[in-house]
Amino acid sequence: MDFDHNAVVAFSKSWGLFYLMAFFVCVLVYAFWPSNRSRFDRAKHSILDRDDTPWQK
Amino acid sequence: MLANLTSSERQTALVLAGGVAVAGLVMAVLGRSDVLGVHGVIVMLCGGFVAWRIMSSFYAAEPTQDRSVSYYDDPIKAGIALAMAWAVFGMFMGVWVAAQLAWPDLAFDAAWSSFGRLRPTHTSGVIFGFGGNALIATSFHVVQRTSRARLAGQVSPWFVLLGYNLFCVLAISGYLMGITQSKEYAEAEWYADIWLVIVWVTYFILYIKTIARRNEPHIYVANWYFMAFIVVVAILHIVNNLALPISWGHAKSYTIWPGVQDAMVQWWYGHNAVAFFLTAGFLGMLYYYLPVRAQRPIFSYRLSILSFWGITFFYMWAGSHHLHYTALPHWVQTLGMTFSVMLLVPSWASAGNALLTLNGAWHRVRQDATLRFMMAAAVFYGLSTFEGSFMAIRPVNSLSHYTDWTVGHVHAGALGWVALITFGSLYTLVPKLWKRQGMYSDALVEVHFWLSIAGALIYVFAMWNSGIIQGLMWRTYTEDGALSYSFIDSLVAMYPYYIARAFGGLLFLIGTIIGCYNMWMTVRSAPHAAPERDAPVTPATVPGE
Repeated sequence: MDFDHNAVVAFSKSWGLFYLMAFFVCVLVYAFWPSNRSRFDRAKHSILDRDDTPWQK
Repeated sequence: MLANLTSSERQTALVLAGGVAVAGLVMAVLGRSDVLGVHGVIVMLCGGFVAWRIMSSFYAAEPTQDRSVSYYDDPIKAGIALAMAWAVFGMFMGVWVAAQLAWPDLAFDAAWSSFGRLRPTHTSGVIFGFGGNALIATSFHVVQRTSRARLAGQVSPWFVLLGYNLFCVLAISGYLMGITQSKEYAEAEWYADIWLVIVWVTYFILYIKTIARRNEPHIYVANWYFMAFIVVVAILHIVNNLALPISWGHAKSYTIWPGVQDAMVQWWYGHNAVAFFLTAGFLGMLYYYLPVRAQRPIFSYRLSILSFWGITFFYMWAGSHHLHYTALPHWVQTLGMTFSVMLLVPSWASAGNALLTLNGAWHRVRQDATLRFMMAAAVFYGLSTFEGSFMAIRPVNSLSHYTDWTVGHVHAGALGWVALITFGSLYTLVPKLWKRQGMYSDALVEVHFWLSIAGALIYVFAMWNSGIIQGLMWRTYTEDGALSYSFIDSLVAMYPYYIARAFGGLLFLIGTIIGCYNMWMTVRSAPHAAPERDAPVTPATVPGE
């Protein structure tokens, strides 16, 4: 297959779709993975903490 | 501020400032009477000034504070001051160029003050000067607070902040002297672009290193947005500014991109500048300062993740909608159009997430103008992203393109979204950073809010009207197929709207000046707040017991 304009167009028109769909599924799985729920809940509340000093290791 | 640097850090800073001054000298020697030579002198003065400041307190006492128990806020404070100074400058230039469109005599017959030279000083002044400094300052604040760790450097934050402002100065002084790459939002010439790459990579490394030393295991979503902003702006800036100078001694350069590829690269850059400079970073502000101010967690953290990846991946493809009906292949135009319409989903997810966060705290929105700034920003964000998706549709674009409608759309985003979220964030941040009970005057925040809203609405409505009238006049034909109106006819029809636009911009500028005064007075004279961290109560020992 020649690596010309048409080949690049065909590649991006077909595989571009699949790659975006696959990526979308990955993000969806990460966002809705049940064990991530508690981590996200903690993250969104932790910024409301009034403590304004760095934590010590 | 220098007192907080150790002597070895002062040495490093001095070497850096000296290096900049030497680079300026080289530029001045190579450039001679070319603009490059003038810029060399400016770089030399800037580097020399910083070096002089460092030397004047070089042998001051070593800092005694324990760095592990405090965040590094000095560069943030300087960043806020610079952002507000650039805001006044950039918005003043905006009012001036807007007034020039209504009253061309305001160019005063000088070359430097002609419309073509002043306009980029306005766009760069507000986007890079105001927006960029606000982003650097807030990102330094957010990354420290959400990572529960101090910035990973004492000198590098200063290098990033001051180096970035040197870039802004080079860019804007260059326009006034008549040099430009003629690329929208990327007008600065090659040497300024190379300098920005150095500064920006330092910014990226500093940010990543700070995240790497975080004490909070989860990286809060605002950091993702700030990181996308830093990474993607670096990529965009480098690719779009690939250019060959005509010689080492000249400011002029030619882009390596030919013809339609140049147009595509430029608008891939241009639209992603809107996406990653003016959206992603400011969404980072929204996801931190809005929940903090409302004292309510974000409505849905999951939704914020989904919309983050949606925005990052969709925006990359949307740029070609700037080139409808051009020599760009038709399918590339269609691709850009489709992705622009799809972008509505993650954009509205973010706007909706922000507004639903406020659901249940509307009484606070009513009382607190700072929170209302952020609420109004989310509304404007939702409206202007809807408008943007709509205008990217090819037939709609045939009416809107090249008209003031585009200008109105950009300002709905820039005034309504970017500036309002920034003011809301800064009004939250300033009292916290300087440890005050609150802003100097809540009434002035209120005045600023209403001036901003009135200014933005007058501006946007004027441009909607004039844009659609322009678009319709340009496509109206007589019965025998000739154009009904000449270009001058449409220009005459714009006159009242140009006056209204300049007035709207003036109101916005006045609001910004009031905001500067209020922040200044907060730092100067607002009462100190009690330290926020409560110490454990130890029972008092009563003598004799």
